Amino acid sequence: MTRHFSFRRIWAVLVKEFIQMRRDRLTLGLILGVPLMQLLLFGFAINNDPKHLPAAVTIADPGPFADSIVAALRNSDYFDIVEATNDPQAARRLLAEDKVSFVVEIPVNFSRDLVRGAQPQLLVEADATDPASSSNAVGAIAQIAGEALRDDLTGPLAVRAQSAAPFTTVIHRLYNPEIITQYNIVPGLLGIILTMTMVLMTSMALTRERERGTYENLLAMPVTPVEIMIGKISPNIVVGLIQAAIVLVAARFIFGVPMIGSLGLLFAITGLFIAANLAVGYTFSTIAQNQLQAMQMMVFFLLPAILLSGFAFPFRGMPVWAQWIGEALPVTHFLRVVRGILLKGNGPAEIWVDVWPLFVFLFAVGTVALLRFRRTLD
Amino acid sequence: MAGELAIDVHGLTKRFGSKVAVNGIDIQVPQGQVWGFLGPNGSGKTTTIRMLCGLLRADEGNGTCLGYDFRTESERIKRQVGYMTQKFSFWEDLSIRENLQFVARLYGIRRARKVVDETIEQIGLSKRQSQLAGELSGGWKQRLALAACMLHDPKLLLLDEPTAGVDPKARRDFWDEIHRLSGQGLTVLVSTHYMDEAERCDRIVYINLGDIITSGTVAEVIEQSGLHTFVIEGDGARNMAGKLKGKPGVEFVAFFGAALHVSGRDRNALEAALRPHIDDASLSVHESRPSLEDVFIQLQEKGRGDYA
Ligand SMILES: Nc1ncnc2c1ncn2[C@@H]1O[C@H](COP(=O)(O)OP(=O)(O)OP(=O)(O)O)[C@@H](O)[C@H]1O
Ligand SMILES: [Mg+2]
Repeated sequence: MTRHFSFRRIWAVLVKEFIQMRRDRLTLGLILGVPLMQLLLFGFAINNDPKHLPAAVTIADPGPFADSIVAALRNSDYFDIVEATNDPQAARRLLAEDKVSFVVEIPVNFSRDLVRGAQPQLLVEADATDPASSSNAVGAIAQIAGEALRDDLTGPLAVRAQSAAPFTTVIHRLYNPEIITQYNIVPGLLGIILTMTMVLMTSMALTRERERGTYENLLAMPVTPVEIMIGKISPNIVVGLIQAAIVLVAARFIFGVPMIGSLGLLFAITGLFIAANLAVGYTFSTIAQNQLQAMQMMVFFLLPAILLSGFAFPFRGMPVWAQWIGEALPVTHFLRVVRGILLKGNGPAEIWVDVWPLFVFLFAVGTVALLRFRRTLD
Repeated sequence: MAGELAIDVHGLTKRFGSKVAVNGIDIQVPQGQVWGFLGPNGSGKTTTIRMLCGLLRADEGNGTCLGYDFRTESERIKRQVGYMTQKFSFWEDLSIRENLQFVARLYGIRRARKVVDETIEQIGLSKRQSQLAGELSGGWKQRLALAACMLHDPKLLLLDEPTAGVDPKARRDFWDEIHRLSGQGLTVLVSTHYMDEAERCDRIVYINLGDIITSGTVAEVIEQSGLHTFVIEGDGARNMAGKLKGKPGVEFVAFFGAALHVSGRDRNALEAALRPHIDDASLSVHESRPSLEDVFIQLQEKGRGDYA
C-alpha cells in the first residue's frame, strides 16, 4: 500500500466528484451555458457592424468636392452627419462630449491639391474608446469619399480618378492607441470564461464539504491531501476543456475568427491554463469557511483578470504598476498565447515566453494550496 | 492479544483559545472491550474522540492508538479505525450505494462489490439503495453511517452518539452487533446519553468540563458515588418532590416514571428527612440501589455547583 499516493484512492474521489457534478444540474447548466451566452453577447455586440454613427464634418475648403463628400457620407447608412462646420474646435468638442464618434476634416486646399494630383489628405479623427464601432466605420469613410469623388472627377480630371488614390485618408485614433478588434476579443473571452468558471467551481471544492459537515468524514478516512486535490480537480479539467471547445467552435463558425496556428498546441496550453486556475480556486477553498466567502474570493481574482490582463483595456496603455500585476496573472499570458496561436500562427518557440510563466504560476500556487490544506479540523 | 491496550493515552488536552475543552485526561481501553463515554453536553466527548483519530491536534498529551503514536501516525490509525461522527457526515447527494462504494474504494476493500451488497442487505436498505442519502430519515441515516464506518473491518470503533434518533429495536440490534464484534476482538469507545446503553458497556468513563469525574464498571461507578437512594411510590409521590427538595440530607430528587428517587450521600440525614412521610398512607417508601442515572444526576448537579 503506497503511503501518500494511490491511484485507487484518487479514482474513488474522482468518481464521487463526477457523480456529484452530474447531480448538480444547475451548476452544470451554468458551466456549459455561461460560455455560450457570454460569447454570443460579447461576440455579437462586437461583430454587429454598427450603423448610423454620429459624425461631424469640418470644412476648411468649401466647394463642390466637399459638397459631394458630405452628401455621400449623408447618404451612406454608416454615418449620420450631425454637424457640418468650418470650426475645427467645435468639432473636436463634439467628439470629446461624445456627441459624435468621428470628425471628418476636409483641409484647406483640398480641392486644389486634388485637381493637381498632389494627393491631399482627408483627416479622420475617431473616438476609439469603443473600438468595435470605430474600426469598420473608419474603413468605410475612405471608400465612401473615394466613390463620391470618382463621380466628380470627370472630363479632364478623369485621369485623377483612375490613379490609385486621388487623396489619402489619415486616421487619427483618439483615446485608445492599441486597437482591439473582434478577433482579439473573442479569443480573449476564452481566457476570461475559463478563469471565472474554473476558479469558481474549484473554490467550492473543499468549502462545500466543510459547509455540509462531510469534511470531517473525508479527513477521518485514509486519503491524503494530494489525492483529494487531484481527485477533485480532474473532473474540472474535463469541464474546462469542454468549455474551451465550445468557445472555439463558436469563435470559428459564428464569428469567423481565423485559426492559423495549431489547435493541438492551443489545447495543450489551455489545459495548462485551466490547471493554473484550478490551483487558485483550490487555494481559495482551503481558506474560505463557506461558499459565500469562496465566491467573494473568486470575484476578487476575476476583476484584475478582466481589467489588467489586456482583455478590457490595451495592455500597453496601462500604467506600469498595473502592467506588473497583469504580468503576474495567468490569464494575461494565456491571452497572448491564444491570440498568438490563432491570429498569428505562432508555434512553440514564439509562445514559450508566455508559457513558462504559466508553469511557474501553477507550481507556486499548487504548492501553496497543498501547504494550506489542513489535515485536521483545527 | 488480551491485555493489550487499544487506546492508551495520557494527559490528553485540547484548548480552543483560552477555553479548555479537554483537560488532561487519561484513557486506557483494553482490546476487545466496549467502553461508554458519558458526560453532559459540551463536556468534551466529541473533542476527545476527534483527537484520538487525528482530526484535532492535541495541545498536550501522549500515547498510542492501536499501537501507533496518535499524534504523529494518524494516517496509519485512520486505516484501522472506524469513526462515526455525531452529525451525519456522509454525502447527501450520493445514493446509499454510492456512499458505501466510495468508502469501499478509499479503503481499498477487496471484493468491494460483494461487501457493499452484503452491507446494504444487512442494514435492510436493499430496496432503497439507489435513493439519495439525503432523503433518508434521521434514524436511517444513523444506520447507514454506522454500517459505512464498519465497512473496512476496523479494529477500533470510535462512535459519537451512534444511536441518537434510532428506534428501540434498531438500537438493540446495534448493541447486539457491537457485542458480537467485540467478542471477536473489536474495541469500541462509544459516547452516549442513554443509560441503558451505558449499562451494556464493560466500563464507563464520565467526563464533565473536560475532566474525568469517574470511571469503572457500572457497579464500581455506583459504589464510588457513595449515594443512597430511597424510592417513593404511590398516589402522593407526585407532590413529594417539592416538599423534599432542599431538605438537609436530600441532595436531589428525580422522577423515574411515576416513582420518585430521593438521593443523598448521608444516609442518616436522608432517613431523617423522609421520616415524617413514612406513615403517609398514600405513599410507599423503600430503599433501593441507586441507578446509574441517579449517579449521573448527582455528578451533573455537583459539577454545576463547582462551576458556579
Ligand atoms: N471548534 C471549536 N471551537 C471552539 N470551541 C469548541 C470547538 N469544538 C468544541 N468546542 C467547545 O469544546 C467543548 C467541548 O465540546 P464537545 O463537542 O467535545 O462536547 P460533547 O461532550 O461532545 O458535547 P455533546 O454531548 O453536546 O455532543 C464545548 O464547550 C464546545 O463549545
Ligand atoms: Mg459531542
